[in-house]
Amino acid sequence: MFARFVVMTTQVPGDALVSLNAVNKHYGQLHVLKDINFQVRKGEVVVVIGPSGSGKSTLCRAINRLETIDDGDIAIDGKKLPEEGKELAHLRADVGMVFQSFNLFAHKTILENVTLGPIKVKGMSKAEADKEAMALLERVGVGHQAPKLPAQLSGGQQQRVAIARALAMKPKVMLFDEPTSALDPEMISEVLDVMIQLAKEGMTMIVVTHEMGFARKAADRVVFMADGQIVEDATPEQFFTNPQSSRAKDFLSKLLTH
Amino acid sequence: MDVIIESLPQYWDGFLRTLFLAVVSGIIALVVGTLLAAARVSPVAALRGFSMAYVEVVRNTPLTIAFFFAAVVLPRLGVTFQQFEVAAIIALSAYTAAFIAEAVRSGVNSVPLGQAEAARSIGMTFGQVLSLIILPQALRTVVPPLINILIALVKNSSVAGAFFVLELFGYGKQLANDHGDAVMWVLVGVAFFYLLITVPLGYVAHQVERKVAIAR
Repeated sequence: MFARFVVMTTQVPGDALVSLNAVNKHYGQLHVLKDINFQVRKGEVVVVIGPSGSGKSTLCRAINRLETIDDGDIAIDGKKLPEEGKELAHLRADVGMVFQSFNLFAHKTILENVTLGPIKVKGMSKAEADKEAMALLERVGVGHQAPKLPAQLSGGQQQRVAIARALAMKPKVMLFDEPTSALDPEMISEVLDVMIQLAKEGMTMIVVTHEMGFARKAADRVVFMADGQIVEDATPEQFFTNPQSSRAKDFLSKLLTH
Repeated sequence: MDVIIESLPQYWDGFLRTLFLAVVSGIIALVVGTLLAAARVSPVAALRGFSMAYVEVVRNTPLTIAFFFAAVVLPRLGVTFQQFEVAAIIALSAYTAAFIAEAVRSGVNSVPLGQAEAARSIGMTFGQVLSLIILPQALRTVVPPLINILIALVKNSSVAGAFFVLELFGYGKQLANDHGDAVMWVLVGVAFFYLLITVPLGYVAHQVERKVAIAR
């Protein structure tokens, strides 16, 4: 009796943490998201790949409503994304976002970049926020850079700080929008290592990337998008060795021959 | 030359009043102008509309009209003041705020969109994004145009001389009447005291600009 009660009221692992139902979006004439149905369970790492212009970045940005959608609905942990306002801000705090261009606050130090959210949004004390931020910065390997300004760091370091900034909010899910696309080749691995570590620790992640190595290593699922649609949704093993659609086969053949 | 030495007390009194008008109006205009710029980029359409209309009307009419409204029309509508300085401050701040709003808005537009997106994505509200992330960066980039506007404000305060306020220019007119043979020197004196405010202002601007510059 008691056991059943517990199962019914707690979050069952396997429930959809992020859920998109019949989502559509247009940019003028261009239909960038076509009837997208997409679920991510708690603890899952989903890599979204596809050719440029396929809508994968738009999909990622729609999940914390940096892009509005025309119809359909998006829910985070069972709560539908509200319109602009305080409520949306609250929900966004649960969704960490890492951008292609890092977007660290240029006028704040590395430490302040990480503490600003916890202090201003969560009302944490500065001492506590500083302590947690330093631990996060150490974890991503940039602890000694804390007093510097973003422009004094390399791209790879900035992106790791951006990950720490998002983690400081203790998000339920992390979105990565091409996190390594603006980086020099030798800096890509330092960022990917942090992401792989995060995946191992059980963070729910949605990663838009061109890094197939990361997809193979860390993803539970690979979602392939083309022309605004989800064309394939499979395990990395299935997707890379036995893609079903001709669109995906074409995409993979181009990757592998270069 | 002698007329300047002779009239130093008047010059000094006028100088202090000009400085007072400029400082008080400058502070009010900075605050009001920044609020107008914030309204201009807010998600509320009515605020955007109000800010735009205000800036368009005030920026495109002569300062004398603003003074006329503050000194003549407002009292007729029942808003009376003991001193004409108050009218001068109202007119100068209202007028200057429109220019400051435009400068700050251009600064807001110069801050990369990604800064606001990053701030929103950690859960900040519109007000927090604006006050903690956008405006601090925007204001740094607009220090040079803001100082231009403030220098213009110092000089614009001379219009108050025509509306019964004895600031530098008001004294200048008076002295020129009293010393018809030395009008040129009287005006050289007036110019000197204006420079005493505006030149240091330019210097301060340069220092501030260097200090707050942010690397990207």
